Amino acid sequence: MIGIVDYGAGNLASVHNAFERIGEHSEIFEDSKLIDKYDRIVLPGVGSFSRAMHLLTSKGWKEAILNHINDKKPFLGICLGMQILFESGDEKGPCEGLGVIKGKVKLLNPSSYLKIPHVGWNNLLPSKEHPVMEGIKENIDFYFVHSYRCIPESKKVILSECDYGGKFVSSVSKDNVIGMQFHPEKSQPVGLKILKNFSNWDGKC
Amino acid sequence: MLKKRIIPVLLLKDKRMVKGKKFKDFKDTGEPKTAVRIYSAQDADELVFLDIDNNSSSLGNLIEIVKQASEECFMPLAAGGGISDINQARELLKAGADKIVVNTSCVKNPSLIKEISEEFGEQCVIGSIDYKISNNLREVWIKSGKLNTNLDPLEHAKNLIKLGAGEILLNSIDRDGMMEGYDLEYADKVSKEINVPLIVCGGAGNYMHLADLLNNTSISAAACASLFHFGDNNPIRARSYLKNLDIPMRMLK
Repeated sequence: MIGIVDYGAGNLASVHNAFERIGEHSEIFEDSKLIDKYDRIVLPGVGSFSRAMHLLTSKGWKEAILNHINDKKPFLGICLGMQILFESGDEKGPCEGLGVIKGKVKLLNPSSYLKIPHVGWNNLLPSKEHPVMEGIKENIDFYFVHSYRCIPESKKVILSECDYGGKFVSSVSKDNVIGMQFHPEKSQPVGLKILKNFSNWDGKC
Repeated sequence: MLKKRIIPVLLLKDKRMVKGKKFKDFKDTGEPKTAVRIYSAQDADELVFLDIDNNSSSLGNLIEIVKQASEECFMPLAAGGGISDINQARELLKAGADKIVVNTSCVKNPSLIKEISEEFGEQCVIGSIDYKISNNLREVWIKSGKLNTNLDPLEHAKNLIKLGAGEILLNSIDRDGMMEGYDLEYADKVSKEINVPLIVCGGAGNYMHLADLLNNTSISAAACASLFHFGDNNPIRARSYLKNLDIPMRMLK
């Protein structure tokens, strides 16, 4: 079963509803000790990096999530849930992340007059193939809403980029972990397709 | 490349959908649940729900409608109308809203914007500004267009952004429901002077009006209600019309 981490921030109903729609059973759970019950985990998230890390650390989530990942079980981080996979962020002051992927998270810096946050529909520029992204064409748009971008140390983890006054990393993967800056649960049929792929993914790539 | 958004606005009154002219003379335009289903099938880019009853029982209705919508459609949902404290915002988010639209409280209790953005992020707050022209001056009106604040809309917008609004929804009361086009020059001026996405509302009567607003401007989104309520118009046709004019529109497949 799919477990959706409820650490006290954001709209979790949409992620849950999206899995229901595609016929995948998921549960929103608030107790980090229950994580072993789930064979795959989704970490959604909106809000700030430092607040999310504070909530995750104070409720035992950090250890639980790292254990799940070390057990090679599939893990999906969405938006802020992708960003906190990195080593550090600087939203509202420097802050340590989960450190699953080497690199940091910094404010978007689009050229010219483009606005922050980056809100709306934008297409992915794939860097490599991945089972979770199977069947997604390059020109298809996904829904983004964020002000910060992930900067991985190694290009090997970059699954796709996106252009917003310059390229930024729009999805990453490392072993059994995948992270998406966009919101599959808000991206209508193409987003549901990705969630379906994740539900069937064995965590290998 | 980021695409321009077309956002249907659903005004809610007594669990029904309504649409008026200049914030008055509301006509029933159907059941919100049905509209949500249709907009979802037509792949609208986003939906905005605004409760215009603004009382404690109507908030319950709004929450219920958002909850149903989030089970039905997998696109961004914004909701508001009389939001005056963070618990109401929290309830709406829990029901499935992604963004909270704050209007009257932006003037009466601006710290609410700060509170919501600190807890849920700036992307979660849309600062909504209704304005009217009198004596050649544009002024911010609150309480569903019933109370003049004498504030300048642009200065007000800048202030809301400072407090933590991640987007601004700018609505011309004079043009609301008139279907004669947006307040173009002013919308463009506001968009150029603010650094967050601007959603413009009030006046769309045909697809050309959307094009006039979105072509060669930094405006992020065109919001509309009458356009889709009255006449044989829908987001699919709007998108293909604008795409033909080389305005960047979302690719679905």
